[in-house]
Amino acid sequence: MTQLPETTQRKLGLVIDLDTCVGCHACVISCKGWNTENYGAPLSDQNPYNKEASGTFLNRVHSYEVQPDIGAAQLIHFPKSCLHCDDAPCVTVCPTGASYKRVEDGIVLVNESDCIGCGLCAWACPYGARELDASEGVMKKCTLCVDRIYNENLPEEDRVPSCVRTCPAGARHFGDLGDEDSAVSQLVAERGGMDLMPELGTKPVNKYLPPRPKDTLDEIDILAPLLAPVAEDPKGFMGWLDKTLEKL
Amino acid sequence: MHPAPSVILFTTLSGIGFGLLAFLGLGLPVVTGWLAFAFFAVAYLLAVGGLLASTFHLGHPERALKAFSQWQTSWLSREAWAAVGALVVMGIYGAGLVFLDLRMPILGQIGAALSLATVYCTSMIYAQLKTVPRWNMPLTPVLFVSLSLAGGALLAGAGFLALILLGSAGCVQIAYWVVGDTRLKRSGTTIESATGLGHIGSVRAFEPPHTGTNYLMSEFMHVVGRKHAAKLRIIALGLMVLAPVILIMSPFNYVLALLLAAATHLAGVCVSRWLFFAQAEHVVGLYYGKR
Repeated sequence: MTQLPETTQRKLGLVIDLDTCVGCHACVISCKGWNTENYGAPLSDQNPYNKEASGTFLNRVHSYEVQPDIGAAQLIHFPKSCLHCDDAPCVTVCPTGASYKRVEDGIVLVNESDCIGCGLCAWACPYGARELDASEGVMKKCTLCVDRIYNENLPEEDRVPSCVRTCPAGARHFGDLGDEDSAVSQLVAERGGMDLMPELGTKPVNKYLPPRPKDTLDEIDILAPLLAPVAEDPKGFMGWLDKTLEKL
Repeated sequence: MHPAPSVILFTTLSGIGFGLLAFLGLGLPVVTGWLAFAFFAVAYLLAVGGLLASTFHLGHPERALKAFSQWQTSWLSREAWAAVGALVVMGIYGAGLVFLDLRMPILGQIGAALSLATVYCTSMIYAQLKTVPRWNMPLTPVLFVSLSLAGGALLAGAGFLALILLGSAGCVQIAYWVVGDTRLKRSGTTIESATGLGHIGSVRAFEPPHTGTNYLMSEFMHVVGRKHAAKLRIIALGLMVLAPVILIMSPFNYVLALLLAAATHLAGVCVSRWLFFAQAEHVVGLYYGKR
């Protein structure tokens, strides 16, 4: 059903550390690998070895340049996938009931056998988290690796989303954001985790940790004293030369 | 937004088709027999033709029946119900007029209301989207319904009423453009709020996630076609409102003028609808440094 649940028992989601992400795109590749082989239709590519290459991805990494008022510009890598919003606009617009938000853990999923591929949910998502697969004609989105996190056939350390398991920098964290005592909730509280486009009222579950402030060191320049002007106020011949040149 | 021909054709044709059905339902004009058949045939061709065109952009049109299930939350689902309701009621009403010479006014009025409700639901599919600030305003349904009424009145040969409705649709269209141009800015959504990095400084998209294109970019970021927007607005208004008004008031053969007026009006609405999509900025474009 496309009516959103009043509350969900848990709020499983990701916390992404923009301070730590190095922009290696390993999460993108790992996500594509896992999700093309497991739950639902594969993530197809169009012309993968040609000029107009494109394909379906559930996770993409942008890079932004941020210019502070003072100081050097910063480059910030920015992974983006479904934020599993509490007030998910993609779910309520679905005409067939293919899109739904689970009561037990808050994951937003698509039942692909009900999807007519109208694309309206992708229109309703401000984050670009949903992509219509060009060869399957159904909507694809992050499942929070629902087929990993509860999978008892996997070793326990692998029961996290593929992107989290793969991140070499430890920039991605997975857990229950509805539980105030969980590690992810504490991380969010400690680092001031934020919502993307909060003004749209989607109430995202996933949070982003802002980059930590850059260190500011006092400038130490051992040559500076030697380079100071010898005479601030020239006298004698130099004084005459200065005045004469000034007049010209 | 990508101006998909299937969606432009759908909203244009079914808008005018349901507008004509609304006028037929209200008995403007009262027609029976073969003349009624001709009127209803045109209305159904436009309305049903438009609905069929809309299925061309579906990934799985064979599952379209499932779209009736979520009327409690989805405007697309409500549109499906309203459209089928309007077509069935107006079908019974029309059959009475064509075959039995029988006019059932209450049935016609219900059909007219359902026809306009269909156009309203169509417009709400767009107007509900907070992600497209230009559409997310009450003027969007007003524009769709007023254009549908104007086109319907024109095809129904409503004369003076058509002139008034065309004029008011033109005014709504201008208001929609003027207000729409300010919507993205007033929505408060920027690349800074999209990335949450605004507290550090001004944000610029440095590198996209990939070297090629993707579904999001082709569906939501239509930048190229906006170049001639100002000229196209004038063309749209001219074809949609001015030309039909002049043609109706001209001393030529009335039927011929009406047919010509209907043709230019349809072409004008097509241009206006193209702009409706091409000029609409989806906020996901901000992540790509595009509008």
